[in-house]
Amino acid sequence: MRSRYAQLGLFALVVVAVQLATALGGKPFYLTQLTMTAYAGLVVIGLCLFMGYAGQISLGHAGFFAIGGYTSAFLTTFDLTAGRGAGLTAWAGRWHLLVQRPDLYGGELLTVRPWPAALAAVALAVLVAALVGVPVLRLKGHYLAMATLGFGTIVSSVVVGTERLGAADGLSGVPAFELGLGLAVTGGAAARVQNYYLAWGLVALGMWLLLNLVASRVGRALRAIHGAEDAAGAMGIDVADFKLRTFVLSAAFAALAGVLLTHYTGGIGPSEAAVMKSVRYVAIVAVGGMGSLWGTLLVGSALQFLSLRGLFGSFDDAVFGVILIAVMLFAPDGLLRVDLAGAARALLRRPGAPAAEG
Amino acid sequence: MTTENALQYLVAGLTYGTIYAVVGIGFNIIYNTTGIINFAQGEFVMLGGMTAVSLHRVVPLPLAILGAVASTMLVGALVEVAFIRWLRRPSVLRLIIITIGLSIVLREAALLAWGEQVRSLPYFSGDEVSALDLGGVRVSPQVLWSLGTCALVVAALALFFRHTRTGREMRACASNREAAALCGLSTRNLVTLSFVLSAGIGALAGCVVSPITYTRYDIGGSLAIKGFTVAILGGLGNSAAAVAAGFLLGTLEAFSIAVLPAAFKDAVAIALLLGLLFLRPSGLFGSRELSRLKAY
Repeated sequence: MRSRYAQLGLFALVVVAVQLATALGGKPFYLTQLTMTAYAGLVVIGLCLFMGYAGQISLGHAGFFAIGGYTSAFLTTFDLTAGRGAGLTAWAGRWHLLVQRPDLYGGELLTVRPWPAALAAVALAVLVAALVGVPVLRLKGHYLAMATLGFGTIVSSVVVGTERLGAADGLSGVPAFELGLGLAVTGGAAARVQNYYLAWGLVALGMWLLLNLVASRVGRALRAIHGAEDAAGAMGIDVADFKLRTFVLSAAFAALAGVLLTHYTGGIGPSEAAVMKSVRYVAIVAVGGMGSLWGTLLVGSALQFLSLRGLFGSFDDAVFGVILIAVMLFAPDGLLRVDLAGAARALLRRPGAPAAEG
Repeated sequence: MTTENALQYLVAGLTYGTIYAVVGIGFNIIYNTTGIINFAQGEFVMLGGMTAVSLHRVVPLPLAILGAVASTMLVGALVEVAFIRWLRRPSVLRLIIITIGLSIVLREAALLAWGEQVRSLPYFSGDEVSALDLGGVRVSPQVLWSLGTCALVVAALALFFRHTRTGREMRACASNREAAALCGLSTRNLVTLSFVLSAGIGALAGCVVSPITYTRYDIGGSLAIKGFTVAILGGLGNSAAAVAAGFLLGTLEAFSIAVLPAAFKDAVAIALLLGLLFLRPSGLFGSRELSRLKAY
């Protein structure tokens, strides 16, 4: 479809325009938060596929983000010098998976290179998603919500309770992610513009992938599942398989975002794994409109950016809570599709019995 | 592990099990009348404990608890009337997200009102060091208070649902809302009542256990997960089974501390839930047919 590419083109123009605006407006430091916003954007578009298109809910996506971030951070900071030349370390060394680099205090560290670490991180998240997804996705509604929330809590409490992962302090000293061609994911001020484009380029790539996906047979199958799961099954759609694949794909998006943000900020802490983060991702998808990738990205980026700028201060969580409630009460299809007239009618009408539908 | 140690863990497990059971019962009451899982259930427990601690500065303990329970009931009513009542046939997803939003807002409001400080009520009888010696196991009198309260709540609920007019109406509303409405029952008010009831029970539990487990603005989330685990373990909707499941979960958690780092305590409970959901989606004591009928 041409319009898909027109949308992506327009998106690219907006990204460039924002960068130019920060440069001309003398606020280049905004790019740091905008880059971090882009990484959060990767999580929410993945989650949007799972929630909006497949009609499921996951309150555990911060868990996948954390699995990605922590695995990458751990592998690229854990010193293997003591095990040099022995067993696994020697094997990894032969395959050029390791790198010798100075640590913060000038000592020498032998760690895994960022590339294999990132691959391992995403692979681990995919594996966990597949393992958790098989039993959990058999559940629906409240059960699915609670089970994914439970998964997120497990990741969060494992992260906080494990010394090796820095417990409450998290991991720091994560090196820059050298991508080759002189590009690197790093938070340094000199690489600000480069990283801004890198991050938003990745978001564009992710959007391209997902837009194509939802416009294809797979997307139609997902919409069918969302509409009527049993009917979709009767039509020959392998419901469980589609749900699992979308879940795994969205987990991979979250893990990738975790890897990149960790390298960008040079560390990761347990707050990234907190259940509140998962809730926030769900909030963003809900506000953006469940079934709209662009809506989710747009509204999500705006909210995330405002939150990162510290606009809500200590009311950050409360603001997202209120947004969740307000949107679900008045605009269940997302802010971009508010049916004001319908809402007014609903308010005037005699309130009906609050029956829940399955 | 010596026998005494094991018994000590058991007592600790029963104590925590009590509160999980009561939170689970709270879930059940609302689920039974409405089909809604109220994710803010844990916040009712927190609100009860916190309000009682504040009130206790000015009034004697029994009055403080009474006031806390009453005011939490009011919050429960408010939640239902303002956020749930006027929605027309909302989807499960919408209700989940709304109640999660409510739990966040209640938690943040508590943070604003009471700060991050850990608080607790004084022991109802005796103090921290006083303990009854039951065959070598030291049991704090507060544990007996909470076990007793739990038993009282379960018994009172059973009597209420069986022998009072309102209780029977609520059961009618639970089994078939439309038929109940056709019989002239005000189902909307009964739904509000179920929120009020579960808020009150949660608050009471929050007061009774706060001397032992302490209370803080953010305890609601993990309590809700445990309570939900217990409600499901017992088969949603069955309060006596929820109590049994609560004790089971509490004990399991207590013994897990003996083997694993304490921080993994929550993970144990939830892994149990996930495993159980996989094997028996209808819960340990729930019936398969019933859970299929409820279609969640």
